[in-house]
Order: sequence, then C-alpha cells, then structure tokens
Amino acid sequence: MSVFGRFGNWVREGQVWGSVFRHGVPRDRRTRAMAVLSNVFLHLHPVAVRKSGIRLSFTWCMGGLTFFLYLVEVVTGVLLMFYYRPTVEYAYFDIEGLRAYVTLGLLRELHRWGAHAMVIAIWLHMLRVFLTGSYKPPREFNWGVGVILMVLTLLLSFTGYLLPWDQLAMWAITVGSNMARATPLLGYEGPLASLVNIGGVPLVHAGDDARFGLLAGTFVGPNALLRFYVLHCVFIPVVATILIAVHFWRIRKDGGISGPL
Amino acid sequence: MIESIWTHGLVAAGDSNAVKDAINAICQPHWFFILSNVALFVFLMGYRTFTKPAFALFALLAFTAFYILSALDPDFLSIIIKADNVPITMMMYLTGFFAWLGFRQSAINDTRMEQGQPLLEAGSDDKVLVWPDLVYTEMIALVLCTVFLMVWAVVLRAPLEPPANPSVAPNPSKAPWYFLGLQELLVYFDPWIAGVLLPGLIIVGLIAVPYIDKNPRGNGYYTFKERKFAITTFMVGYLIMWIVLIVFGTFLRGPNWNFFGPYEFWDPHRPAALLNIDFRDIFWVRWMGRAIPTEDWSGIPYYLVREAPGIALLLGYFLVFPVVLKHTVFRRMAVQLGGIRYGIMVFLFLWMLLVPIKMALRWTLNMHYIVAITEFFLNV
Repeated sequence: MSVFGRFGNWVREGQVWGSVFRHGVPRDRRTRAMAVLSNVFLHLHPVAVRKSGIRLSFTWCMGGLTFFLYLVEVVTGVLLMFYYRPTVEYAYFDIEGLRAYVTLGLLRELHRWGAHAMVIAIWLHMLRVFLTGSYKPPREFNWGVGVILMVLTLLLSFTGYLLPWDQLAMWAITVGSNMARATPLLGYEGPLASLVNIGGVPLVHAGDDARFGLLAGTFVGPNALLRFYVLHCVFIPVVATILIAVHFWRIRKDGGISGPL
Repeated sequence: MIESIWTHGLVAAGDSNAVKDAINAICQPHWFFILSNVALFVFLMGYRTFTKPAFALFALLAFTAFYILSALDPDFLSIIIKADNVPITMMMYLTGFFAWLGFRQSAINDTRMEQGQPLLEAGSDDKVLVWPDLVYTEMIALVLCTVFLMVWAVVLRAPLEPPANPSVAPNPSKAPWYFLGLQELLVYFDPWIAGVLLPGLIIVGLIAVPYIDKNPRGNGYYTFKERKFAITTFMVGYLIMWIVLIVFGTFLRGPNWNFFGPYEFWDPHRPAALLNIDFRDIFWVRWMGRAIPTEDWSGIPYYLVREAPGIALLLGYFLVFPVVLKHTVFRRMAVQLGGIRYGIMVFLFLWMLLVPIKMALRWTLNMHYIVAITEFFLNV
C-alpha cells in the first residue's frame, strides 16, 4: 500500500474522522445506506431509489439545479450585502464600487446570471413534471407548492432587479409595478375602484392603493428601494425556504421521484 | 468571410435585402403568432416523425445558422448582445432541446405501448442505492453548473446603466425579460387584465391542473398519445403564450412598443397610426346605423345600455358557450369531470382562448374593446 493509502487509512481509523462520519467507508450496501441515513444533507434522499427515476433523460436534473442555483443566490447574495446599502444616495455607487474595487468582483455577475438561470431552470422543471404527468395523484398538493415556488422565484428576481438603482432597474420596476395600479377595486385606476367609497368620498387613491402598498410611495423612490431590498433579502427567501422544505419533504412522502404506477 | 458569403449570396439572389425584408415581414405580430401556432400544431401532429434525431439535428443546425447569419445584421446583433438578453438566447435553445427530449421519449413510449413492450420507465421495482448512483450524478451536475456559471460571469459583465433618473424615461421601457410576455399582452388588453387578472389566472389555473385533469393515464412516464388535450393545452400556454411572447417582446418590440422587424433600426420617430374601434362602434354605428346611446333607458344606466351588445357577447362567451361545448367537443370530458370541475376547467380554458381571440379581433377589425365601461376603468 502506498504512503497516501496508508495515510488515508490512518485518518479514517482515527477518532476525529469517526466522530464526524459514524460509518465505515461506503463500499458495501450497509455502509452506503449509512452514508445517506446518517448525513443531515443527504438524508433528504431515500436510501434507495428507482433506477428509471434517476435517469438523466427522465428528470433532466432541473429541480435539483433550481435548488442549487437558489443556494448560489443565497451565498452570493449574503456576500453582496456586505457591499451594498439600500439607499438612493449609495446604492448605485456601491454597485459601481463593487465592480471597480472588490477583488474577484464576480459576485454580482454570479448573482445576476444565477438568477436568470434559476428562472429558466424552474420553468424547465415544471415542463418536465407536466410532460411526465407527475402532478397527478398523489402529488397534486406538491405541484401546487411548486407553482407557488415558481411565482416566488419570479418575485425574487423582480425585487432584485431594482437594487442596482440604475435606469434599467428603475424603469423596469416602474413598468412592472404600474400594473398594480390597475388591480380591480384596489388600484386607483383599476376597474370598479371608484365604487369603493363612503357617501361619494372615494377610498382608493394614488396614495393608498395596491401600487402604493408595493412601492411605499406613488413612484419608484427611496421607500420602494428599501421595501424591495427587505422583500428580496429577507421576506421572500424565508417564505421560499420554508416552502422548499415542504416541497422536498412531500416528494419523499408522496413516493419519491415519479414513475409508472 | 461569412459576411461576404452572406452579402454575395444575397446579391446573387438579385436584391441584397429581399431575404431580410421577407423575414421582417413574417415577423409581424400576426404572422409571428400564427406561424408559431402552426409550427407547434404541425409538430404535435407529427411528433413521432419530427422528434427523430435527424429532424432534431436539422432543426438545431437550421436555427443556429439562421441565428448566426442574422447576427451579421447590426440591428439584430445590437439586441442579442444586450447582457440581459443573453439568457433569452439560452432559454430558446434549452426550451427547444428539452421539449424535443420530452416528446422524443413520449414518441418512443407511445410506440412501445402500441407494440405491447415495456415503457422506458419500466422496472419500477429495480432499485439502486442513492450512494453512489444518485449523489454522484448530482455532484457532477453541480460542478458543471458551477463551471457554466463561472464562465458566464467572467465572459459577460452584469449590465449597469446610468444612475436611476425619474425624469428620463428610456424608450422603450421594458419590464424584466421574464415578464415581457405579459407586457406584450398589454397591446391587446388593459392593465387590469394583462397585468393582474391573467397572471392571477395563470397561477390559479396551474395549481388547479391536478384537480381538473382526471385522466388517470400518463402518471409518471412520458406520453403524448394518452394525454393529448392536457399536453396540447399546456404546450400552447407554455411555448406560445409565454416563451414565444417573451421572445417577441424582447426582439421585436422597439420604441413606443412599436413592432420592428429583426433587421430594422429602432427608430423612435416611426409613426404608428392605428385607429382602434370598440365593439359598440361596430354594433350601434355600423350594424344598427344610429348614434351610440348616451341616455339611460328605463332605469338602466347609459353605460350599460351603450355596452349591452358587448356585455351580451361576453355573457354568451362565458355562460352559453360552455354549455355548447359541453354537448359537443367536450362531451366526454364533461361527463368524466362532473359539473364543478368542468365549470372551472372551461372557465380557465375560455380565458386562455380569449387571448388569441382578442389578438385576432385586433388584427382583422382593429378592435380595441369588446366592453368599454371607461367610466369605471372596466374595459375588456
């Protein structure tokens, strides 16, 4: 046995290694099962799966990649938060500074392209699930959770779009959030909103309608920047994380990767 | 060199712009949408033939050749190299590839079922251990994805335009690319439909899918033959009304949201004279030969009198049409689904169908609104 092999064995037989991995090297059936069962990350998986279910041409790996891209977004996003202040005075110049002065300043590129990739990946995941009929019983509920997760992905991307505070950001969000103005009953240019009144005094104005709730103002300004920042960095990720947990748990409970009944 | 081949080839063809003009012409909204639909339905009808690898390879090469040759045009190039548009090129390739992959397996499975052979997904009792068979696949996928993302990040800088300025609106002002399909619908619908109602119905409709699709077959394996209605409807929604509209909104909508062919300069001063008329104009003026009513009539407010024909049309569409469908094309499905499920299914289906209907009305009659109660912003 080579020096490296002997050194490897010495490490694996020591107390430190054994305290972390409470099973032998995964070389036989029992230790391989233990490798999955005794690892908090891997135990998302069952010990054994259907062979046809994990064929790459069947699953396309898109759900897994969506989750991985979400993790990439979390990591790069947290790092970006060290460099970014969500105020009109600083936001744009923090982004500019990030590009100019931060060593390995690829963070923003990774974050932005990862977000685009995540949007595409989650759509392809949905296409795969639909084409294989995997939303059918017993997986109806989990399909619904997945739809909500897709909407949250789009909202994450949308709220993040504003943060660089450049022309692209401001006007894309202006175009998008103008839609809220037309919410039936709740937007001041929405259908029937003028019927929401007390004795002829209208209750829905530009200053208190659905769009105002979204932007914390009547235009995309400092309040909107702060609101989108908090939604982007805290609120939506927390909701998404909870739903991802439900989604994964239900995959297991509903019988794992789908296959012919 | 390619440039010169392109130019020479076209000069040889007689007029160096004839091909570009023709492509610009068929990219107009009505042609683009109709041809996309025709292409999808031809593909679905011949899916067993068109998913053969030779066809797929040919489509891939043809599309790539078209894309590269198009990129020689400075106007087209300026659109596709915009940093935030790069994902759309990726999306087109990925969507095309995976749609092919899915239907290829459907075609194989459908043929196998006819011949009494096992499915591609057969052998549901064959189990393999997650370690190593799944975790290694996952790890390789993660590594490749990371490499891909790193290369993308190194090669292409994230866009950063001048600082936000509330007083200078860019023209066109576009929403983020994944919402451009909805923005495109603003051409045909008011914001409360294109921006609020339709997105809401898409979400509700998608969540409702498992409850209104009672077809027990095709659960957990690729098939098209056993689920033709469900898959066709989904593919029209996914490929045409989402992906194609995004591509259209990105590549072919310029200043003032005017249409511009792929090889046309985005001229902000291009006039777009469009005289839209409402259904009430057609009904009262053209058909009845009288002025549009402006008075209340036996206690009914004037705007309801004025819009009565349009309201009748919509009521007929959403209340009478489902009954007609129930006894004709959807007869078997209506029995299978039962009253409530059928009602929800047909409501969602008719809203989806209203999008192409409204488009067609615009293209043929210049119709703006079917019902226009502008007093309450209630325009359909």
